[in-house]
Amino acid sequence: MVQLLDADGTRTPHEQLDAVLDEHGLASPERLRGYYRDMVMIRAADLEATSLQRQGQLGLWASALGQEAAQIGAGHAAREQDYLVPTYREHGVAWARGIEPWRLLEMFRGVSHGGWDPNELRTHPYMIVLGSQAPQAVGYAMGLQRDGLVGTGDLSTDTSVLALFGDGASSEGEVSESLTFAASFQAPIVFYTQNNQWAISVPTEVQTRVPLAQRSRGWGIPSARVDGNDVLAVLGTVRTALDAAREGEGPRFVEAVTYRMAAHTTSDDASRYRPKAEEQEWAEKDPILRLRRHLEQLDQIDEDFVARCDEEAHDLAMQLHHHIHGMEDPDPVHMFDHPYAEPHPIVAREREEYLEYAAQFDDDEEEQA
Amino acid sequence: MSGQKAPITLPIAKAITAGLRDAMTADDKVMLMGEDIGVLGGVFRVTDGLHAEFGSQRVVDTPLAEAGIVGTAIGLALRGYRPVVEIQFDGFVFPAFNQITTQLAKMHNRTSGRVTMPVVVRIPHGGGIGAVEHHSESPEAYFAHTAGLRILAPSTAQDAYWMTRQAIECEDPVIMLEPKRRYWVKGDVDPDHRPALSPWQAQVVRPGTDATVLAWGPSMPVVRESAETAAADGIDLEVIDARSLAPIDYPTIAASVRKTGRLLIVHEAPVVSGLGAEIAARISEDCFYHLEAPVLRVGGYHLPYPPSRMEHAYLPDLDRVLDGVDRLLEH
Ligand SMILES: Cc1ncc(C[n+]2csc(CCOP(=O)(O)OP(=O)(O)O)c2C)c(N)n1
Repeated sequence: MVQLLDADGTRTPHEQLDAVLDEHGLASPERLRGYYRDMVMIRAADLEATSLQRQGQLGLWASALGQEAAQIGAGHAAREQDYLVPTYREHGVAWARGIEPWRLLEMFRGVSHGGWDPNELRTHPYMIVLGSQAPQAVGYAMGLQRDGLVGTGDLSTDTSVLALFGDGASSEGEVSESLTFAASFQAPIVFYTQNNQWAISVPTEVQTRVPLAQRSRGWGIPSARVDGNDVLAVLGTVRTALDAAREGEGPRFVEAVTYRMAAHTTSDDASRYRPKAEEQEWAEKDPILRLRRHLEQLDQIDEDFVARCDEEAHDLAMQLHHHIHGMEDPDPVHMFDHPYAEPHPIVAREREEYLEYAAQFDDDEEEQA
Repeated sequence: MSGQKAPITLPIAKAITAGLRDAMTADDKVMLMGEDIGVLGGVFRVTDGLHAEFGSQRVVDTPLAEAGIVGTAIGLALRGYRPVVEIQFDGFVFPAFNQITTQLAKMHNRTSGRVTMPVVVRIPHGGGIGAVEHHSESPEAYFAHTAGLRILAPSTAQDAYWMTRQAIECEDPVIMLEPKRRYWVKGDVDPDHRPALSPWQAQVVRPGTDATVLAWGPSMPVVRESAETAAADGIDLEVIDARSLAPIDYPTIAASVRKTGRLLIVHEAPVVSGLGAEIAARISEDCFYHLEAPVLRVGGYHLPYPPSRMEHAYLPDLDRVLDGVDRLLEH
């Protein structure tokens, strides 16, 4: 397993990844502090979202607690032009892409099925039917090949795709099919699985008998297994894989070994299936703590900076709180806005019927007033 | 032991649990498969306790792969097992759609009757729980369109218990649509007395004379309520619970329509190409000279299921059902 920072934050040398990180300045003290701030921010947003759910403001929340390094690392490993294809728990990846947290919350609140423009932010909508995004990601990568955006030698424009899914989702047929397509067509894609040990109540052992990273090798897709709580290892590994893909070397597979510290979602009760001791063991591997220790060793972090991050994170949480509490429900007529791109007589008719029907109640209210 | 116990009161979810338990006790070929159905007891806790009781060979936590779940259930059925598979939410049955429609539904016919497929696919069904995308679908028409499948849609605890047992006993594949919004609504269950009414028959749950209202599963409470409300206005509605959606019990529905002359069909699924359309067409044929109004439908719009903050406007509620009744009686 690739690891650059051990549990106490000491950096262990790694010839290849150190070169990648150093070449791009990805491990400069300034960048490291940036990752630290990102992780603190996204964790605060995550905790706030959990409390918003408890306050009845969200229908559901899928926490990414504990997976901050796996997500911030992968998010920053992607270059501007890359296209990211997430599932429903990639809040850190979204943050790294510049997606504001309240956009994520729209889906969980139930006001929209996707809160951002995928083309503008080069990030696909969150996906809920597990694995179904994987072949779509490969198709996008096949499009990039056709558009001449792969293997030209210009790293600033050559593009690859990062497809994200969990250890559970890796069992879906569609994930296997997407590996087949990616390998057959040597598509510029990195399959990135965050193995957070559990698919709701089912441990990874039920999904696979070998480390997930080994699976893709049957397809001829090179793979790496990385400590997902080590932001630098994730960053270096995913950047290397994405660059190989964009250079025309074909698909790659990365498994990040991490842990889902919260329950599966706010509707789940992890105590029914998960040993407390395991949770404690992983709490000690907290990714934020690890980076902080590393920065301390480098003497690149001080109380001031930590306090500033905490303050900013608190402000973000408050903003999120107010934004969500102030969010109005959409007028249901908006249901009819987008089922088709072109005019559709049946939708138009049902929209009229709906408006006519809803108007009766406006009249009733007026009469009563 | 039978005949000793009095009826018990159970929520629908627990009535299904009891049905599964009793079926597993009665026949050791019955086994359960699905995601999170073991130690967790399923995301709706329908299989709660069964893993502890029957062990991991009979209550199987599967890998996360619906096509795999249904496909392996077909193979187990070939070996004489009676698998009951749980699909976690209605929107997740589609990865298994190929196995269900091209394989499970057709195996008996393909083998000229040499092979039976006693597989039950349990699906929590319908909306109204404030969930995110794909958790509130109404897939009944997709399955009803496929010959070889049977579909049951219990709306009461008693039906939930008995339909579970009867679906498992059935030699054909059965899709069980469980009204997830009503899982925790309680009702009387009599596990000791097999009901006289076949699961494949509809049930007149309220006799009436002015019009017939037909619904199933999650729409039953709103339809019953509409009949009470209409009664206060002097309108006497006959209410029918379809119970079986494949086959549909046309004789019972037609008899009612011949009496009332009017039919309103209520379902959550989109009206466009939905089961209501099929029933309306058949009743128009069978009862043409008895109808005093066209058969009307109230249901979902021709839209993807909306985000939850809009679902109240999408789902047929009391006002929309009563509006349908008014339109029906205007004729
Ligand atoms: C096709 C499909 N089946 C079932 C589900 C229900 N479900 C949602 S999340 C989940 C577990 C996913 O685990 P994993 O892929 O490891 O990702 P994690 O949630 O741990 O990040 C399940 C079974 C789903 N969303 N889609």
